[in-house]
Amino acid sequence: MASREQAIARRLGPIARAGQCVVFLFRMLGSIRPSSELLSSTLQQTYLIGARSLVIIMICGFFVGMVLSLQAINALEQFGASDQVSLLVGKSLFRELGPVLTALLFAGRAGTSVTAEIGLMKATSQIDAMELMAIDPLKTVALPRFLAGLISVPLLTGMFNALAILGSVVFSIGVMGLDPGIFWSKLETGIYFGKDFMGGVWKSLVFGGLVSLISVFYGYTSQPTGSGVGTATTNTVVLSSVLILVFDFIMTSFFV
Amino acid sequence: MITIRNLVYRRGSKTILDGVSMDIPRGNMVAIMGPSGVGKTTILKLISGQLVPDEGTVEVNGKDIHKLSRAELHKMRRNIGVLLQNGALFTDLTVFENIATPLREHTDLPEPLLRRLVRTKLRSVGLAGTEELMPHELSGGMARRIALARAVVLDPAVMLYDEPMTGLDPIAVSTVRTLMRETNEALGLTSVIVTHNVGEMAKLVDYCYIIAEGRVAGEGPPGELQASADPAVDQFMNGKVDGPIPFHYKTGEASAGLLD
Ligand SMILES: Nc1ncnc2c1ncn2[C@@H]1O[C@H](COP(=O)(O)OP(=O)(O)OP(=O)(O)O)[C@@H](O)[C@H]1O
Ligand SMILES: [Mg+2]
Repeated sequence: MASREQAIARRLGPIARAGQCVVFLFRMLGSIRPSSELLSSTLQQTYLIGARSLVIIMICGFFVGMVLSLQAINALEQFGASDQVSLLVGKSLFRELGPVLTALLFAGRAGTSVTAEIGLMKATSQIDAMELMAIDPLKTVALPRFLAGLISVPLLTGMFNALAILGSVVFSIGVMGLDPGIFWSKLETGIYFGKDFMGGVWKSLVFGGLVSLISVFYGYTSQPTGSGVGTATTNTVVLSSVLILVFDFIMTSFFV
Repeated sequence: MITIRNLVYRRGSKTILDGVSMDIPRGNMVAIMGPSGVGKTTILKLISGQLVPDEGTVEVNGKDIHKLSRAELHKMRRNIGVLLQNGALFTDLTVFENIATPLREHTDLPEPLLRRLVRTKLRSVGLAGTEELMPHELSGGMARRIALARAVVLDPAVMLYDEPMTGLDPIAVSTVRTLMRETNEALGLTSVIVTHNVGEMAKLVDYCYIIAEGRVAGEGPPGELQASADPAVDQFMNGKVDGPIPFHYKTGEASAGLLD
């Protein structure tokens, strides 16, 4: 019951709130019943979330690729190794910058709107109305948005990386006049599928789950008022950003 | 059908309900009346299981609502239609989809039948032809009537209405009154109507409860109540300013301060 959860949330500290969030996650996952409605609403949300974030992710990816190449060439030139630029750019992108920056951008662009959307549904009693119709809002509102985020972040990360490589190509080859053959062969031989590529995919999956869970949870437990929804939206960005970076460090130090 | 015993409900230090008991027999239409802020919506939320009382019980069909598991509560709620005070339409869905949502969730009706059913309900609230509008394109009174159509679409055994008439023009009031009466008679439905509109209710309901200061101040058929000698009942039914019901919002400290 939404109002009971909300009353509890107001009284409890951050640790209890984290516990509440985990319970929320399990209840949400427990409501999964494979059905065509779940599939179609998840796809619809994926489309909406993807469409919201795609342009900003592509633009940022392109410029990150350019600036990375600029810095890399500047540094590598001192050792006469500027033909290694694609290797450096590729490794830092696939392992770190791609997943992390995409997740951060995703939190700011899509996470906030999910929180605001659910918070508003709550403030206008739509969530109550669902409960009263014996429709589980966790299943119909929270779950599709959570799954959509989980799917979108890895896909968007791929998009980010692709555009960053493009940015690097434009800058290194187009502007700095590097040899395209060397650029691509370094990239091909130096990037390992398991360690570099899959490592990034795992990260982006974890970040996607994290940001989506936080967005949905904060929306669902927001105070049903204008300022309550505003606070919840801000909290989504802040907490997502911090946790992305913390989890990034943990995952990197253990698995990569 | 609905049995309420000694309901006590507090918010912080403020006691909103202080021992309310009611009996609502099957097939009856019962009004809960009282001044604004007295806790009428709260009673409705306690009946529907949205709020949990501090003391006392609510039984619907012999089952204590607040002792049911989540799954049992959901099962029970399929048989309870609720019209919330603000309507609470789903803002991202069209009028048609709003009314169709409970049907899609709880029945396997084929699409043509579902369409026909939704149209019938829309016509009964006098809003045929609004299917494709979005909720933000409706006026307040229209939204309320759509919400009513949505609440009755599953033909529930119990209907809870929170201020069904407020904000409606006289014609809409008659339409809604007819709809409420007809659904009640056709299905032997039990209706609980929360309102502060005394005049409308007298024409509609079988029995009234008047709430004042957290308790049932008076009860009986509307005719009897109007002639009641009880000062609180008389004050409310006849809209008098002077009487035992205070008009102002009461808090412990504020009134203590005034007396000093
Ligand atoms: N979420 C809440 N938090 C704190 N107090 C509340 C809350 N909701 C209601 N109240 C208090 O509970 C009391 C009863 O509210 P309720 O909504 O039941 O009144 P009502 O009889 O339905 O009034 P109205 O006729 O104006 O709708 C009010 O005094 C109100 O201040
Ligand atoms: Mg009310």
